[in-house]
Amino acid sequence: MLAALLSSLMGYASATLVAIAAQRRGLVLVYTLSAMAGTIGSIAAIGFLATNAMPVETTLPLGLPFVGVHIRVDALAAYFLIVVNTAAAVISLYALEYGGHDEEPERVLPFYPAFLAGMNLVLVASDAFSFLVSWEFMSLSSWLLVLANHKQKDTGSGAFLYLIMASLGTGALLLAFGLLSAASGSYIFASMHGATLGGLNRAILFALVLIGTGSKAGMVPLHVWLPPAHAAAPSHVSALMSGIMTKVAIYGLVRLLFDLAGPPAWWWGAVVLLLGGITALLGVLYAVMQHDLKRLLAYHTVENIGIILIGLGLALAFRAGHLDVLAVLALSAALFHALNHATFKSLLFLGSGAILIATGERDMEHLGGLIHRMPTTAFVFLIGAVAISALPPFNGFVSEWLTFQGILNGSLLPQWLLKFIVPVVGAMLALAAALAAVCFVKVYGVVFLGRPRRPEAEQAHEVGLWMVAPMAALAALCAAIGVLPQAILDLLRPVAAVLWPDAPSLPAGDWLWLAPLGSDRSSYSGLVVLTAITLLATLLVMAIHRLASNRVRRGPAWDCGFPDPRPETQYTASSFAQPIRRIFGSVAFGAREEIDMPAPGETRPARLAVSLHDPVWDAAYLPAGNAIAWMATRINVIQFQTVRRYLSLMFGALVLLLLLVALGQ
Amino acid sequence: MNDMVLNVVQLLLVAGLAPLLTGLVRKVKARLVGRVGPQLFQPYRDLARLLRKEVVLASNASWLFRASPYLIFAAIWLAAAIVPTFATGLTVSRAGDLIAVVALLGTARFALALAGMDIGTSFGGIGSSREMMIASLAEPAMLMVTFTVALLVHSTSLPHIADFFLLQAVGVRVSLGLGVVSLVMVAIAENARIPIDNPATHLELTMVHEAMILEYSGRHLALIEAGAMLKLTLYVSLIAAIFVPWGMAVGVPDARGFVIGLSSYVVKVAIGGVLLAAFETTIAKMRVFRVAEFLGAALLLGTLAAIFLYVSRDV
Repeated sequence: MLAALLSSLMGYASATLVAIAAQRRGLVLVYTLSAMAGTIGSIAAIGFLATNAMPVETTLPLGLPFVGVHIRVDALAAYFLIVVNTAAAVISLYALEYGGHDEEPERVLPFYPAFLAGMNLVLVASDAFSFLVSWEFMSLSSWLLVLANHKQKDTGSGAFLYLIMASLGTGALLLAFGLLSAASGSYIFASMHGATLGGLNRAILFALVLIGTGSKAGMVPLHVWLPPAHAAAPSHVSALMSGIMTKVAIYGLVRLLFDLAGPPAWWWGAVVLLLGGITALLGVLYAVMQHDLKRLLAYHTVENIGIILIGLGLALAFRAGHLDVLAVLALSAALFHALNHATFKSLLFLGSGAILIATGERDMEHLGGLIHRMPTTAFVFLIGAVAISALPPFNGFVSEWLTFQGILNGSLLPQWLLKFIVPVVGAMLALAAALAAVCFVKVYGVVFLGRPRRPEAEQAHEVGLWMVAPMAALAALCAAIGVLPQAILDLLRPVAAVLWPDAPSLPAGDWLWLAPLGSDRSSYSGLVVLTAITLLATLLVMAIHRLASNRVRRGPAWDCGFPDPRPETQYTASSFAQPIRRIFGSVAFGAREEIDMPAPGETRPARLAVSLHDPVWDAAYLPAGNAIAWMATRINVIQFQTVRRYLSLMFGALVLLLLLVALGQ
Repeated sequence: MNDMVLNVVQLLLVAGLAPLLTGLVRKVKARLVGRVGPQLFQPYRDLARLLRKEVVLASNASWLFRASPYLIFAAIWLAAAIVPTFATGLTVSRAGDLIAVVALLGTARFALALAGMDIGTSFGGIGSSREMMIASLAEPAMLMVTFTVALLVHSTSLPHIADFFLLQAVGVRVSLGLGVVSLVMVAIAENARIPIDNPATHLELTMVHEAMILEYSGRHLALIEAGAMLKLTLYVSLIAAIFVPWGMAVGVPDARGFVIGLSSYVVKVAIGGVLLAAFETTIAKMRVFRVAEFLGAALLLGTLAAIFLYVSRDV
């Protein structure tokens, strides 16, 4: 395992070196090396989990003196190594062709493998110092990747916001590790297990971890940076950031809260559940309102992080209530969804990249009819859309189904507050799932179906094999996991055992029927559903074509007798979203429609303006930004003082600090 | 009796009975407003005629438009077969639980809404958009009813739910009362019945379901119409299986249990059809944005029903 891990990391490192040395000529080599490194890492991690191997560890003589860099791969790290490296391998293959379309590939190439290496290092780091350094390395390299398209407007402001939020997150994590290492007297994870923290300190630790990892994952209200940053990056980087970097953040959350922080308090579960529910619902509502394809997908990342958080919150609540089997079930559901989201979100972002290459457009209102021009992309994008909408028989449904099984057992929890929260969060999750379907009917219907709205969409061409094949591979993965989910649950068994050695593992199911709590509680089989639908549909086709009629005549569209050939008469993305905007948007976003209808005889066109307000931005970020600006102007006074005053200020500060030290003792 | 045979019987039963239920509803509605109405078997004739006609496809229709009717019908058919009708012990019922049935209907709806957008007409768009809006509230309401039932039974598996209500004295429960009201509201909305949508209308601005399928013809239209009929049957069987399971055979039935189960199922479906027709004649269709209030109420009732059970002691 270590050898494979090391060679994988060496692969990423040499790719970075190649990129620095060869600039844009090294493109093929960089992405090939990254793909190979990803493949090695992924296969090794799968082998590690499948054989249920013992954790491996080593210490490198780098980093802080007397601490060194501690590397440790256990089942939890291995599971996330699979998620990261599998997606990385496929995305790197896609980038072989896509990267060639980048305007300035030398702005992407060196940071791309470095970013991948950073994510890998976060997963295997097992002391606070190397964890934080890798975390920051990951943040900064992705920040540089966001800046690659620096000539587009909005990129700068998006990247700036990202940098601020990333610093905030790392700062929170730094303090969290400070608490842990102060209590245990060591920077090494292994000795932090025994750390005993007081009640208040544990609460502070919980809040810091939630801020630190939640800001990276895109948890509401710390999500504001995510859509602009993820959308601004080149599409294969967006796929990496949305598909897998958010999963590394989830890993951080699980590692800190489930592993290092000790036994959870029940109210942790309540907080995470509520935040998860709000994140899921608000994320999908934001997404429905969008008509920029990449931003919409990024908001869906926020939604899916919410779903993962709901699973994790349930796991914390069950664990605190000593319902260990259910805790394992909820944890497995959350981690399963993390993998699923990595597959279909990468697929969808790669699809948006293909559309961008073929048409040069990200705005859905300019597209349409691409199913005729880009048939293969349209087909694989459809699979991704169905999977993310949590519809059977694909993988998104399986993990949501598992999460629902956890929610259904929430009545067993001892705390009254949780008994109230769990069904409400269940309703939020159900609403989010239904709204995701609305959103992806909108995306698919507007982008791929109908008639082209602009010449760019009309003249689009299918992208090349090197872009289509990786997307098809991800689509196949969505289908395979959807019909054979038990394989993933088997991989997850040692993960739960690492976190909670005393908890019983889920009963071994057979490969066909998914029944985590026994078949009398609930059962589902994706394979049976898929086979039955295929069989019934084929039978229908054959029977009807043979016995009834198989004649087809092509003609103009009927459209109730008044067909209008102009593509502007089609439903647009914003008209599709109008009912949802009216029902939910007026409450959540203060949505307002202003119709400017000219009087009869006037020649100016009628206009419809929609205004939306982001409640989180208005309530938290604007006041915070104003407060910082206000304070900055006040503090600015200090900048223009005489030497005398500076000296007295320094003297005062020294006295204050000495006083604090004296009081502390 | 042989399990394999019974599964096939189940599949054919739901598909075969569906047009009859629709015929019954139409007939009773006509009688209630003083018309003679079409014959009971008219839907079969309509479907047969449509199946034999040629398909007229819009010139820019894609493969999705042509494949969707088959997919939609197959998905609804499977979902309808999972719901127990005359017996609780069939293998097909294990393929998915109640959540999976809701999701299968979701898959069918997804395909239908996409097909509505395929030609690029404004009617298709308006239909798809409104159908998805209705579903975005109806589906969560349905899931909350599922939770309510599952909390009582400790299972989401439909055969177990039916067995439980069949064999155990559940008694009168507030939650079940709220649940059945919520489920009926969802069923009305999902089947495009009055007051949400009018299955008989072809007046442009009031259509939801009909607007989506405006471009379909021939065998494709037949399949979609049959799918809609099947969905109505599914909801009636679902309400019957959960709330009035009497007469249903427990496990795999023998010949006597089969006959009793089958005849009681047919009677229950007929009663459901008559009640629906009576309800529809007494109410007017609502404006499309009142639908949100109607379904919001259904969602709230479902959530309340679930919360009552979560906090009640004996569950």
